[in-house]
Order: sequence, then C-alpha cells, then structure tokens
Amino acid sequence: MKYLSEYRNLEATQSYLKLIEGSITRPWNIMEICGGQTHGLVKNGILELLPDKVRMIHGPGCPVCVTPLNLIDKAIELLENDVIVCSFGDMIRVPGSKKSLMEAKASGGDLRILYSPLEAVNIAKNNPDKEVVFFAVGFETTAPANALSVLHAQKENIKNYSILVSHVLVPPAMEAILDDEFSNIDAFLGAGHVCAIMGFQEYYPLAEKYKIPIIITGFESLDLVQGIYMAVQQLEKGFHKVENQYARIVKEEGNKAALKVIHQIFEVGDREWRGIGVIPSSGYRLRKEFKDFDAELKFGINNIVVPENSDCIAGEILKGIKKPFECSQFGKKCTPFKPLGAPMVSSEGACAAYYHFSNNLISS
Amino acid sequence: MDLSELGFDTINLGHGSGGLMTRELLDKIIFRTFSNPFLDQKHDGAILRIDNKIAISTDSFVISPIFFKGGNIGELAVNGTVNDVAMCGAIPKYLSLAFIVEEGLKIEEFVDIVNSIKIAADESGVLIVTGDTKVVERGKGDKIFINTTGFGEVHPKANISTENILAGDKIIVNGFIAQHGMAIMSQREGLEFESTIVSDTTNVNFLTNKLLDKFGDKIHLFRDPTRGGVASVLSEIAIDIDNGITIFEDKLPLEKQVAAACEILGLDPLYVANEGVFIAIVEADVADEMISMMNDDEKGRNAVCIGEITEDHPNKVVMHSSIGGKRIVTPLIGEQLPRIC
Repeated sequence: MKYLSEYRNLEATQSYLKLIEGSITRPWNIMEICGGQTHGLVKNGILELLPDKVRMIHGPGCPVCVTPLNLIDKAIELLENDVIVCSFGDMIRVPGSKKSLMEAKASGGDLRILYSPLEAVNIAKNNPDKEVVFFAVGFETTAPANALSVLHAQKENIKNYSILVSHVLVPPAMEAILDDEFSNIDAFLGAGHVCAIMGFQEYYPLAEKYKIPIIITGFESLDLVQGIYMAVQQLEKGFHKVENQYARIVKEEGNKAALKVIHQIFEVGDREWRGIGVIPSSGYRLRKEFKDFDAELKFGINNIVVPENSDCIAGEILKGIKKPFECSQFGKKCTPFKPLGAPMVSSEGACAAYYHFSNNLISS
Repeated sequence: MDLSELGFDTINLGHGSGGLMTRELLDKIIFRTFSNPFLDQKHDGAILRIDNKIAISTDSFVISPIFFKGGNIGELAVNGTVNDVAMCGAIPKYLSLAFIVEEGLKIEEFVDIVNSIKIAADESGVLIVTGDTKVVERGKGDKIFINTTGFGEVHPKANISTENILAGDKIIVNGFIAQHGMAIMSQREGLEFESTIVSDTTNVNFLTNKLLDKFGDKIHLFRDPTRGGVASVLSEIAIDIDNGITIFEDKLPLEKQVAAACEILGLDPLYVANEGVFIAIVEADVADEMISMMNDDEKGRNAVCIGEITEDHPNKVVMHSSIGGKRIVTPLIGEQLPRIC
C-alpha cells in the first residue's frame, strides 16, 4: 500500500527509536493530541519500544470521548421521538445518563451507522415523511463533510434533515490543558488530520506564548517515532517551534476548499467538553442563516442538562493528568463491556486503548 | 425447476401453515431438490446410523444481505455447519435444515437459496435428512433465517481438544483472513464501495480430513474464526489453556484489497468475520510438512504459520507488530464499530 507500508517499516522505525535513545538526557512529557495517534502508539507497541525518559501523555483528541453526556441524551431523546438518528459507529456505545444510543436502538429507535453525513442526506431524501438527524460530532476533521451535508440538503431543498452539532476545536483545548495547574506537558504532537484541514498557522502563537514545541504528526509507526524524535530534539536544545512531520499531507495553510465550506456553515462558539467543562470559543455552532438545520432548535432539546458520572475521571484522563490505570475503576467497575465514561468506549479513547492493547497488562 | 408451475410468486403465511400450501412448497421445492432415502420417508425426523463417535454442531444464519458477492445465505448455512463439524475432527454426514421465512420473499430467491444449499451439500458430501419451514409476518424477520444442525463421524485418528495444546505448538491458518466479512461489509446499505472482494465461503472438511489421515493426534485443535475473527477465537483458546499465544502481524495472510478496505473503514482485520477459514494448532515438528500439504490443496493454497503457543503470558494473546512492538489481542466486545476519523 503506497504511503502506508513505507511508514510501517521496521528498520526506519527502529533507526528513529535509536536516535531518540541517543539524544535524550532527561525525562520529557510529550502529549499526543489525537486519539488516532494514541491508538497507533498502543496498537503497534511503540510505547514499550520508547526509552523510559519519553513519557507519552494521551491527549483529549478523541471526538467520542469529549462529546458531553447531555448531547448523547439529546440524540436518545430524538430516537425515542420517531426521528431517524444517523451516527458515526463508535459513538453508539457511549453511555448517556441512562442508556447508550445502541440501547435506545434496541428499544425500537431508528439508528443508522454511517461513514458519511452525505449518506444521511440521502436517507432524508428517501424518507420524506420522517425527520432525519445526523449526530455531527468530531474535531475540525469531520467538520467539512458535516458542513457539506447541510449545503447539499439546502441545495436540494430537503427540509427534513438537520444536524445535532457537537464540534470541538483543538487549539483551545491545548490552551486549556496548558493553563491547568496540574498540567506538566513539555511538548505536543499536533493532530495530523486536523491540520490537514486547518493548516497550522494558529499554532504559532500557542508555541510562542507557552514556550512549547508543537510537532504536527501523522499516525503510522514511523510518523509517530519521527514526531517524538523532533519533539525531543527541540526540548533538548531548548527550542519551541511549530514543525511539520506530516508534510506529505499537511500544508501550512490547510485545505482551502474545506475551510471555505466550514466557515460558510459554522461559526466559533463556546463548547462543553466531557469531563473538562465549558471551554470558551472551543467549538463550532451553525451560523444563524442555517438555524433551520440545527436539530437542537428544531426539536426544542437544547435545555437537556445532565451531570457527569462522579466515578469517572475522564476529565483528568483527557487532560493527561492521570493515566487510565491510575483510575480506581479501571478494569473493575469500568470495562469496555460496561463503560462508565467515553474514553473506555471509543477505540481511540485512552482507557480503551490501554485496556485492549497495553503491555501493562501482559504480565499481570 | 420451472418456477411457473409453482403457481405462486412469493412465500406467504400459508406456506408455513402446515396445511396443503406447506405440503406443496415441500413437495415441489424441498423434497424434489434434496431427495434421498432418509428425507424421502417424509417423516417427522430421520433415523440414521453412525457407527463411530458422533460430532454434532448447530448454527443459525441471519446474514444481511442474503445474496452477496461470492455466495448466499444458503451455501453459508451448509458450509458453516459442515465446517463446525469438521472442526471437531469429524467427517460431516448429515444435516438438518430449518427455514424461517419472512412473508413476501420472492420464490425465485427462495429457490436460488435452496439450489445453493443442494450444491453446497453435494460438494461437502452431506445429506439433508430432516427439516422445517416456518413463515413469519412481514417485519418479523429479515427475508430468511436458516438453521442447520450437522452430524458427523469422528475421524478414528482425531483427538481434538484444547487440553492437548502444548507450549511450542504452531498456529496455522489455511488462507486469507477477513475476506468474507469485508465482502459483506462492502455491500451493506450506506457503505457500498467498489471492490472485487468476494466471500470465500466454502467447505474445508475434505482438507481437515486429509490432514487427520496424515497427522492424526499431532493436530491438537481445529477452530474456525467466523464471527469475532481470528482475534476472538485465539483469545478464547488462550483462556482455556495454561499457556499464552504469540502471533506475528507480518505473518497474517491478508489480501491487498481486503487490507485496503479495512484501512479505509477503520476496521481491524483480526476481528473481521471469516468463512472457509480455519486455524490449526499442531505439534511443531509436523508444522512445515502440514503447511506444504495444505498449500497443495485448493482450500489451503495460502496456508501459513501465524504464531505459536508460548509459556510466557499465560491466558493472553500477544501480537508482535511489524515494527517490533507488542500488544495484547483481546476478544471482540460487541460489534466492531468504525472509528470517526
């Protein structure tokens, strides 16, 4: 597979691991922002291959994990009121305050698992007597396709389609993490796919303000170890720059066509993050001109508020303050069979990644 | 079969009534297709003789779509159960066949399925000896569900049991994994993508029989990694034995298109369902000879050793990644869910 197998190469990966080993002089805490990177690190056994001085801290970049409880309850409310709810796959097992989307489906709700929001527009077109809602979660990565679905529905005059928006943005979350008094992050691996859309100009002021290296990094084994190597180089030399490891995909200015669609449909607004709380200007909401496509307004469900589960330390996990196995419920009351919080559900979630793949469990 | 002589286009509730319509369906389609001395008695059950130890396995088939690239639910219902019996180290002989049909199923679809069952049964050397047909109201089924139970005679040299598995045993898989699951996935509503991935549903009983003839009790286990894939089956085995299991990512036989489809959809091929695939856990000293014997057979052309039984990490499956890392392989929890991005 071109552009994949090359980045899963044993010798190349090991040569970077040796370079890291040879150049690191003290422990550094490096946070990979994106859940896909966490998944790659754990799935390929990279954490075990890294020198002990590299401490990887798993960031908040799992869209499923940061979607607040009340949004799931809102989607369930729609399902229980005869609305066809369409969702990405890994959202459906996340527990809401009473049940998950999957359980709501088992009780008769019409839930469809899709790969593309555009498919949801087709479902709306084919079911004119039903309301169809797409559960538009995700970071900047999924925003263009979700925005495009609204444009398609508008163009085709499809009135029975709307989206339940829970879009979050990476840079404000990084800032919130750095501002946390318990945070001890020395460098970031920036989320490659997010930057493929957004570019990385918005990271320059962050690197400058917090004096922290930010390496835009990909997802394959070689990408990850190379990104870590670049971070270690900066840290050891006392630099704090934005660098692009993932240059084969990411351009500094991002994807202009995608950005245009995003800005046409969405505007920046405050957003609640699961376990973290409301972060100012940290998400997208639909622009006023598109309020007819806002499922929360359309169905009057914007007032559903539910408290988070107090046993779940998802907030501290997402901010990298605690590791999953430091949670007293990890593997006990909270497993992928019966997750207390979202990080145990999504394959990108730090808790699930540790539960499934980690060598911490091999010898136990 | 001339469909016009049937006088009906779809299966309806009357065909499950037990009355004349049921009889007509049975006479014109079922009995005619599967005729054999046991079934021709048209009795409530079949009286059979099996002289040796008997292996029995039952399975229900509820696949959607019912017709897919490379097969349909009918041949799946035969091959699936035949292979389950073969996994017991037995030679499949007889099959029961029960349909639950949703009213409205087109008769030509039903006949296509029945014909596929006949072909698959003939190919694997089993007779359909008893059966049942029920019809449920529209909306209470998904076109057609099929249950089959297989009866087989245990091979005289076979001693298949997880208890026989020893450290050092090799783990062999007979061919490409994840192919069936991805063929089905590529045709699911909302996921259609262009590919030429074809399900590899087939029987493997002649191959397993041949292996038992030659290697007998040096074969410690056969298992078919259907739902839940290779990962789930190996995890189950690991729990049942005192040792651990090690597999190697770069040894997993994965066809290019299937690997690409898994990559695009964010699915792990280790958890994708298989048909016509089996895992053999065998004594190390016969592994190479067995693989080359399998490679000479159409059903084992791509057989390879994917790992071994180890004294390390008891009860756990550990995969060595292609870059030299290690990770635990756990069983599938629920359905494998595609990731967001």
